Amino acid sequence: MRGLERRIIYLLIALSVIIPFLFKIKTKVEISPPVMSAYNTIESLKEGTPVLISIDYDPASMPELQPMLLAILRHCVKKKLKIILMAHWPLGVPLGQEAIEKIAKEYGLKYGEDYVNLGYRPGGAGVIISMGREIRDIFDCDFKGTPVDSLPLMRNVHNYDDIGVVIGLEAGSVGDWWAQNLGPRFGAKLILGSTAVVTPDLYPYLASGQCQGLIGGLRGAAEYENLVGHPSVATIGMIPQSAAHALIIIFIIIGNIIYILQRRRK
Amino acid sequence: MMETLGVWLAAGFTLCIFSFLYKDNPFYKLAEHIYVGASAAYMVIFVWSFDVKPMLIDRFIVNGKVNWSLLFPAFFSALMLCRFIPRIAWLSRWAIAFTVGIGAGIGFTMGLHGYILPQLKATMVPLVNVNNIIIVIGVLSVLMYFYFSIEHKGPVKYVSRLGRIFIMIAFGASFGYTVMARISLLIGRIHFLLSDWLRIIK
Amino acid sequence: MRREVPLVITFVTGIVIIIGLFVPHKPFGEIQQTFLKWYVIIAGFTLLLGIDSLVITHWGKIKRRQPGFGYSVVLIASLAFTLILGIYSIIKYGSAFDVRAPFMYLYMHVILPLSATMFSLLAFFIASAAYRAFRARNVDAALLLVAGILVMLGRVPLGSMLYSKMPQIADWIMDVPQMAAKRGLLIGIALGQIAMSLRVILGIERTYLR
Repeated sequence: MRGLERRIIYLLIALSVIIPFLFKIKTKVEISPPVMSAYNTIESLKEGTPVLISIDYDPASMPELQPMLLAILRHCVKKKLKIILMAHWPLGVPLGQEAIEKIAKEYGLKYGEDYVNLGYRPGGAGVIISMGREIRDIFDCDFKGTPVDSLPLMRNVHNYDDIGVVIGLEAGSVGDWWAQNLGPRFGAKLILGSTAVVTPDLYPYLASGQCQGLIGGLRGAAEYENLVGHPSVATIGMIPQSAAHALIIIFIIIGNIIYILQRRRK
Repeated sequence: MMETLGVWLAAGFTLCIFSFLYKDNPFYKLAEHIYVGASAAYMVIFVWSFDVKPMLIDRFIVNGKVNWSLLFPAFFSALMLCRFIPRIAWLSRWAIAFTVGIGAGIGFTMGLHGYILPQLKATMVPLVNVNNIIIVIGVLSVLMYFYFSIEHKGPVKYVSRLGRIFIMIAFGASFGYTVMARISLLIGRIHFLLSDWLRIIK
Repeated sequence: MRREVPLVITFVTGIVIIIGLFVPHKPFGEIQQTFLKWYVIIAGFTLLLGIDSLVITHWGKIKRRQPGFGYSVVLIASLAFTLILGIYSIIKYGSAFDVRAPFMYLYMHVILPLSATMFSLLAFFIASAAYRAFRARNVDAALLLVAGILVMLGRVPLGSMLYSKMPQIADWIMDVPQMAAKRGLLIGIALGQIAMSLRVILGIERTYLR
């Protein structure tokens, strides 16, 4: 009986996600203050300012963070900012490369002039601290081995003083390392985008000013997509998200009703 | 053609993993073992492509000049690999000590300079509105909840109880966000199956 | 010698990093930068440490023909195949991460879907747990559940359909009480981190040497 109960729950959850997709319902997404703050930080940058985007996630967190990355890249391109990608998670490098190549094709960007992918280095917080002095000490070549000094975009970029804002897309603890080093040590601006699991832990940094914006989960990605005027995967996902949340709340309520009735019987 | 094959391969693996929901089966086990094996090999390629080659090999001789100082990290990296040989595995402690020492130094500076000082400063806010009052009371009561050097009785007990209430609200919010995160992951996979594989939706 | 040398190394490296924060000028800043560069190189090799035990475990299973050794064959074969593909991609394209490289093809169509789907199973398990385990047994648990439900509703369009101020309620919960509690929790964790770091640097904590 237990097994059947479990499988019915799984089936209901699957249907709660599949059915809304089939009806293609559009929805309005209200923008929350932390996401608005992130948007305004990028919006305030001058044309040609380099931004550093750190891909700190892997395929397991891709459904939440890849749409966020694409929306942020579109915003950066619209503002004519120069994009520098790097990664603290090794499996994030191809995800970043896939996203930037999609945007590059869409907007006709040129590698080395409009965007650069530095790749990955192990060391976590050690990399962050070291880059604050000189990026070339850690990244003297890009992800394919091309010397960084031969890339026009990187010619005048040496440390965080030459970067408008660092944008960290987080699935783990790297967001804490960015927030604890960038502002206090280097006085640099930071925007954090994170999976919904990690987001609650990053609110203290937003409140203290250690990060200037926080984009949380698929909802945050949907808000950012709407802000840049390109609603996409994340926005479409909001209705299945609503349906699944409603179902889980119903499960919690039914479970508690059964619990109360069982307690009364005893 | 390769792209279509790739999509079908990805969809096949996706369904193999989902089959676990019915019960553990050979398709799931096969997919799981392929994933573990491929991921392990990826790590080796990553370490070569992003660590050994650019940081050690390419930098050893630059413009005809030999960078002898790189022998030090090369030596320590070799010591790290001594773990695989039981007779000289103790040498790997030297390399581990290096990484642990750096990690401890970073942990100390980040914890103090990067977290405690900025967060304490942010908690010292004027008590001019309800939100600020709640924040100050919340932070202090939660810190009191975890302070075990004195017995929790009398006023301390009530402050500690208030801290517990704040913690329950925080855990509840984290729970809500965790549910959101898990459902989002499922939405991503279902979107792939319906859009890229079956092409039912755009 | 076996214990003293590592303790000295830990002390020197830890102190250099701490001094580097307070005195970023020559020579301390440069010594710190050098140590951090070396740390990045050595840290990469720690990623390889787990692979040896994985291979030894599964190779042993195959040799002893233990039940399920067929899956171990699949694992070793998958590892070898990916490695060969990676080396071939490096030789042919100069980088394993070139868009045309077979290594990237394997990543996009094997690793990516497997990893993403593995974690998406959690959605089903959390739904099952919601029905079977999330009980409001006391006031604290009830408070947890109420906060969770308000946040869950506030973060989806359904919440604003039920009550127009639901998103603002969720935002307030995250910005004020949740943030205050997390700040308190993380201050406590940071204090513990500082204490542990000092213990390691001063050689009081030696468990990492085992």
